[in-house]
Amino acid sequence: MDAGMIIEWVIKAIAILIFCTAGFAYTTLYERKVLARMQVRWGPNRAGPLASLQPVADGIKLIFKEELIPANADKLVFIAAPIITVIPALIITGVVPWGNEIVLFGRTIKLYLADINVAILYIMSITSISVYGITLAGWSSNNKYATLGGLRATSQMISYELALGLSFVGPILIAGSMSLRDIVLAQENIPFILIQPLGAIIFMIATIAEVNRAPFDMPEAEQELTAGYHTEYSGMKFALFFMAEYIKMIAVSTIGATLFLGGYYGPFVDQLPWLGPIYLIAKVVILLYGLIWIRATLPRIRYDRLMAFGWKILFPLALLNVMLTAIGVVIFGGE
Amino acid sequence: MLKGIFEIFRGLWQTFRSAWSEPVTIQYPEVKRQVRQRFRGRHVLKRYENGLEKCIGCSLCAAACPADAIFVESSEQTDAERYSPGERYASTYEINMLRCIFCGFCEDACPTEAIVLEDNYELSFYDRRSAIYTKELLLEPVYPPAKTTPQKTPPGKFTRSVPEMKDPID
Repeated sequence: MDAGMIIEWVIKAIAILIFCTAGFAYTTLYERKVLARMQVRWGPNRAGPLASLQPVADGIKLIFKEELIPANADKLVFIAAPIITVIPALIITGVVPWGNEIVLFGRTIKLYLADINVAILYIMSITSISVYGITLAGWSSNNKYATLGGLRATSQMISYELALGLSFVGPILIAGSMSLRDIVLAQENIPFILIQPLGAIIFMIATIAEVNRAPFDMPEAEQELTAGYHTEYSGMKFALFFMAEYIKMIAVSTIGATLFLGGYYGPFVDQLPWLGPIYLIAKVVILLYGLIWIRATLPRIRYDRLMAFGWKILFPLALLNVMLTAIGVVIFGGE
Repeated sequence: MLKGIFEIFRGLWQTFRSAWSEPVTIQYPEVKRQVRQRFRGRHVLKRYENGLEKCIGCSLCAAACPADAIFVESSEQTDAERYSPGERYASTYEINMLRCIFCGFCEDACPTEAIVLEDNYELSFYDRRSAIYTKELLLEPVYPPAKTTPQKTPPGKFTRSVPEMKDPID
């Protein structure tokens, strides 16, 4: 390990962080635009060409907003909660490979930050941490709506994490590895969505619940809980929750693209390794469109139905999928 | 169960199709929608064809106003310096647009049809002071050959403050 290696890692880490935060800003715009068009509106179209400065304007507005802390709030936890929520979201994508290898300035650079052999366990654990932020935010606000939102987030997360974890098992069994890089390499010829359609659908549904998006946005159900766990937050602290939600959207889309859509693989990626990140981003944009599309279409489902759906339908289906995959791997042989 | 899944896909198809249709949004400052004929916007104080103001300062509009938005002060006038037919005219006429609820009762109360709620709906202000519209702002502009007020008029011609109504239209 030489000094160049460390610099390379730092640069790659910063690139991922910048991609996530810039991606957050433009995902909000993307969502507003797509939602607007689905509701037969134009959406934002004033700030800059194609509203490209809208996220900047939103950011400036949020920075200048007054930061309120409720009198009886637990101040330390109240301030820490947005940070606890946003940091896991930022570091999830660290294990996702962006491409194979490129040669830049006479140096072979691997287009992934960390290729750890338990990448999927890492993702599972990190995504679980961010629910602490939401629960703590709800609890420390000293507000009954916020507390209810936080509690709902916890129970929802527990029920959907099981199905989510089990949907990871399919690709793991077929690829024979927990490293995301190995999983992508196993999809060189055929993306796993064709082998694992049920697993892919379960993954999509569970991730919508995981990132608290409509129709599973119970923790922040506006009509019932005003704004759920972030009722008492304003200004940049509120923006951090927003940031966490959107970065998690990007992160789960990236993971979904990596697990089921072949990651950075696409035509000619062997000759031109630079295409890898482009293919991955294109797949992420498509998955994000799906998330927004579902939000634009489906109403929020009732809380007990949400739990019933998670435990009685999604969880058994995920178990069934694991069993079928295991049988398939035994019969046809895995990687 | 299967029907439910089918309905979900039907909904998704609906939203997807809507995304390709022409948005109905009117790009407001550039494109302005024509208001309806009976729309009640900002008030205008009307004039007669010869330029005299229809308003005679009777304050019936102020009395009819449920929001107490109108303030009228009337004064005597002479033929040498005539604003409106009759003995009196509105020397001060103010409408507070922050109080006005655009009900149109002032129109109904007016005996000379001097006040009409017209099509201007772009009423926004930077302070409360500028929300009070004075008579100068409310009066209809003068179209030549009519002359502006005050006018010098021949004596004994404009003695009747309320015009004779023949076959009223509405």
